[in-house]
Amino acid sequence: MNAATQGLVRLPVWRARFVLAALLAAFAVLGGRSVYLQALQTGFLQEKGDARYSRLIEAPATRGRILDRNGEALAVSTPVKSVWAIPADTELSGPERRKLASLLSVERNELAKKLEDASRDFVYLKRQVAPEVAESVAALGLKGIYQHPEYRRYYPGGEVTAHVIGFTGVDDAGQEGIELAHQASLGGKPGTRRVIKDRLGRIVEDVESIREAQDGRDLTLSIDSKIQNLAYGALKTAVVQHRAKAGAVVALDVRSGEILALANVPSYNPNSRARLGGAQLRNRVITDLFEPGSTLKPFTLALAIESGKLTPATTVQTAPGRLTIGNYTIHDTHPGAALSAAQVLQKSSNVGMAKIALSLPREAMWDLFKHVGFGAAPQLGFPGEAAGRLRHYRSWRPIEQATMAYGMGISVSLVQLARAYTVFARDGELVALSLVKTGTATSGEKLLSTETARAVRAMLELAVQPGGTGPRARVMGWRVAGKTGTAHKQENGGYAPDKYVASFVGFAPASAPRLLVAVMIDEPSTGEHYGGMVAAPVFAQVMQGALRMMGVAHDAPLEPPELPAEDEEAKENT
Amino acid sequence: MAKLNLLLLAVLVACAIGLVTSQHKARKLFSELEREQNRARDLDVEYGRLQLEASTWGLHSRVEKIATGTLRLRAPEPRRVRIVTPGAAH
Repeated sequence: MNAATQGLVRLPVWRARFVLAALLAAFAVLGGRSVYLQALQTGFLQEKGDARYSRLIEAPATRGRILDRNGEALAVSTPVKSVWAIPADTELSGPERRKLASLLSVERNELAKKLEDASRDFVYLKRQVAPEVAESVAALGLKGIYQHPEYRRYYPGGEVTAHVIGFTGVDDAGQEGIELAHQASLGGKPGTRRVIKDRLGRIVEDVESIREAQDGRDLTLSIDSKIQNLAYGALKTAVVQHRAKAGAVVALDVRSGEILALANVPSYNPNSRARLGGAQLRNRVITDLFEPGSTLKPFTLALAIESGKLTPATTVQTAPGRLTIGNYTIHDTHPGAALSAAQVLQKSSNVGMAKIALSLPREAMWDLFKHVGFGAAPQLGFPGEAAGRLRHYRSWRPIEQATMAYGMGISVSLVQLARAYTVFARDGELVALSLVKTGTATSGEKLLSTETARAVRAMLELAVQPGGTGPRARVMGWRVAGKTGTAHKQENGGYAPDKYVASFVGFAPASAPRLLVAVMIDEPSTGEHYGGMVAAPVFAQVMQGALRMMGVAHDAPLEPPELPAEDEEAKENT
Repeated sequence: MAKLNLLLLAVLVACAIGLVTSQHKARKLFSELEREQNRARDLDVEYGRLQLEASTWGLHSRVEKIATGTLRLRAPEPRRVRIVTPGAAH
């Protein structure tokens, strides 16, 4: 044994060297591999490692609420769930399918059709499901059925505030009204962040925030939901009573230019918008144009007073109740007489107005119309604001100058008309309107002298007295000033003989105006079509209630305003 | 020399354990923060829902219907209303 060992000592040296070399080579391979993994492939490997525990999650952002001026919610988003499926993965038994259909309240056939369409690998079974329903769907534990969170917008005001607020689509983006106009600030921006989750799915570390989630900002509107409700109610009653096609009303705070109420009929329920037509969706106050008729008379009259052409006491001869200019004749409903300028407005005489207008330079009239905002969008920041039509004075013929004085041949929107009247309510200042709460009185653009504005105001007050065209606009306890309007509707390039737009614009209290209300009723069709009969009562109802709610001090005795007998009531032609 | 090495080793081990503990604590606190944030969001959602509910119950048309119908209330006659301005001397 010993001898044998002795014999083995003499091994060739190359064998040891060979083993050494082999070992070194193995180390070199290992070293190379680790360099390859650590240095060259590190990005890829890091990524794979991260994928095991780090997750990208979406940080949700909610859409801002819309509130009225008193903080009452007009639009609120709440989370809901969408239920979707991968049709190829679902294996539903008959009872399960029935259960699912009844939970989601969808037709069973519909559900079956969606689930059997194997060509699609993603199908919504139902969107915007209430959280409780979604929970019970999840509790069924069905394979291939998934949910993801969404938001749904609710409008507690329903049809009353529908046209102001508008609505959002199923993807929570504004589609109409304020929701669309203020999409940028209302809409939240969902963020994403990278986190590390542990074995139980709990988030244990925030690695990085890729995009910060930004909740939408709340928006406080100038709308007062009490006045809004009152205005909508009064308007709806009137539209039904006179079987009118449509109606619109807008109420402004004279001091701040804030829109306190803006309502349209027909309306719709923004919470369930099936079968919505264009007529219901239209915000007539802002997007619809009409020929205002007599409600435009005070502007021309103001211009005549401002330029010193006449005073409210100046006599204007309106007999014999018609006036021919070129080959066109202007008519009055009543045979004329020698009237004072104030009476021309009170009785709403077209002949008188035409005569006054023709004594004025065309350019000055155009200038005033333009400055009070006709022919230009009112810059409310609302989608679809109509600018209206005001032709350049160079293309006016004499007859057009005369008819424009009483609101024909010019088209305006109700909100433009209401805004223009702030000139009389604010001692000659035109105020900028706002749909967002400002809460402070603003200064406006001075267009008329204080004296002129006050003179016109006194004349407007006369127009609602017995003997004027709008006695039904008066309210108990406050002095009202305003003007009626009745215009033939334009149709196929001419005037329809039996279709009218009745309107009334006015403000109160006349001693120190606070609230301005404009009403427009489209195609009243029960016989009555005069602004003083159809639109003025709506005005009075809104004015009475709103002034009480606003706590405005009385400036008139508390006696119910008496109404004139049927035959002595003045009625206007336009 | 050996003593110093031993000491350094002990310090190293202590540091290592400290690091692990603090990271564990940080993660625990973080998941707690996360939970609270979720709770805050849930509460905000609930606030929205309650606001919605309040608006629905307090709908002016509903209030009016109950006031005039069930409770038989009516607006006072304007003659019986006196408007006072705050701050005015009486």
